[in-house]
Amino acid sequence: MKVQIDPARCQGHGRCYDLSPDLFTEDDEGYGQVVGDGVVPPGGERAARVAVSNCPEKAIVLVEEA
Amino acid sequence: MSVDDRFVRDFREGQEEPLGTRSEIITGPVSDWASDFSHLEPEWAADPYPIQDELRARCPIAHTERFGGGWLPTRYEDVAAIAYDTEHFSSRAIIMSNYRPPRDIAPVGAVPPISSDPPFHHDARKLLLPAFTKKEVAKREEAARAFCHSLIDGFEGAEIVDAARDYAQHIPMRVISDMLGFPPEDGPRFREFVEHALEGVNLPPEQRVANMGELFDYLLEQIRDHVASPRDDLTTYLIEAELYGRKLEPSHVAGTMALLLIAGIDTTWSAIGASLWHLAKTPADRERLVAEPGLLPTAMEEFLRAYAPVTMARLVKEDIHWRGADMKADDWVLVSFPAANRDPAQFDRADEVIIDREINRHAAFGLGIHRCVGSHLARMELRVALEVWLERVPVFGLADPSAVTWAPGQVRGPRTLPLRIG
Repeated sequence: MKVQIDPARCQGHGRCYDLSPDLFTEDDEGYGQVVGDGVVPPGGERAARVAVSNCPEKAIVLVEEA
Repeated sequence: MSVDDRFVRDFREGQEEPLGTRSEIITGPVSDWASDFSHLEPEWAADPYPIQDELRARCPIAHTERFGGGWLPTRYEDVAAIAYDTEHFSSRAIIMSNYRPPRDIAPVGAVPPISSDPPFHHDARKLLLPAFTKKEVAKREEAARAFCHSLIDGFEGAEIVDAARDYAQHIPMRVISDMLGFPPEDGPRFREFVEHALEGVNLPPEQRVANMGELFDYLLEQIRDHVASPRDDLTTYLIEAELYGRKLEPSHVAGTMALLLIAGIDTTWSAIGASLWHLAKTPADRERLVAEPGLLPTAMEEFLRAYAPVTMARLVKEDIHWRGADMKADDWVLVSFPAANRDPAQFDRADEVIIDREINRHAAFGLGIHRCVGSHLARMELRVALEVWLERVPVFGLADPSAVTWAPGQVRGPRTLPLRIG
């Protein structure tokens, strides 16, 4: 599982890095960034889903890898 | 280097009085909320939620002839669509009133970037973002916490305190005046500026112009003081900032300062007050948060959803038939984030306050390009204000529910909130 942020939708609310700081961080203007390559480590699935479902702009995409 | 003489002359001198259009001031009881709404009337201020719920089920886009004509969408879907649609809806005025500024004030507007439209908006906003990131505002947390403690120290011996007047209002005032580099003792003047800008909407136009004049006189005084002795604060930052290779227009510097001062104060004051009001009347939630302080960040988001203080406005650019509403050019649209946040189509048990709500995609800080630039600051202040209060005053309740008063208009929160703490 991987997380991605759609930069065209992200407005810097920061819910992702507030709620799931292991997966997301902020850039110098407060926009969300995925940590590293966005691969969700084992046990991080819940944190990923919490971030997705709390983003007001629906800017976070969960990519389920086959 | 040339001397910065942009502020020697009052930038308003020689400017023609902006033309714009004025509409008739209509006040008094609302006959029908679907066709005559007014967010300035006492019934709305006291409790707007049943009105919004009824409109959502009935309309769902209400209309009024007041303020020269305007619309009030109440569904989340419609509020979001308008917030995202900068092609048909302009931010050149964001406070619904009886005055519409001239069209050529766009895309900058009087108080950039909140009053700006694309593409200028993006560049004006970019100047502010670095100062308001979560990381940057975290540097102010310690001072904010100490200040909250000092306010509660002041309650010593009191049985009843006014949590809006004696606590909530002072916190954002102190934080934003520190950020702008204004004298902290000017707080009472800030309160006046806030009330004039947001609650004085139906005052005669001459009075409103004079009131705004006082605010800008004050800002110009602060700007001149900072030009003479620059320091490490937002005022000096804005004086020095450049856009498109040159320093900002004086009206842009002052307009942005006006925005930060007004929007930085009453919004957070309202959010802190509304949260304390909820906890004062809901002992189970208060007791749970005292016992489980780790739940506060989640609970706080629920207070922001259920009691979102801020409603924005837009002006319709050209006549448009929009989702069943015949909107005319220059009609107002009230973008009610509070109404959106209580739409049952978007939130389960939308009318209940559930302090451990896990999924909470609320719109209290707006949606789209105008997301509140101070949202990280507001969240820090709200969290610290509630943490300190619950730590120091774990037991409290409404001293007199009928004495609680709420600000009318586009920023709603308690203005009188007597709490029994002894």
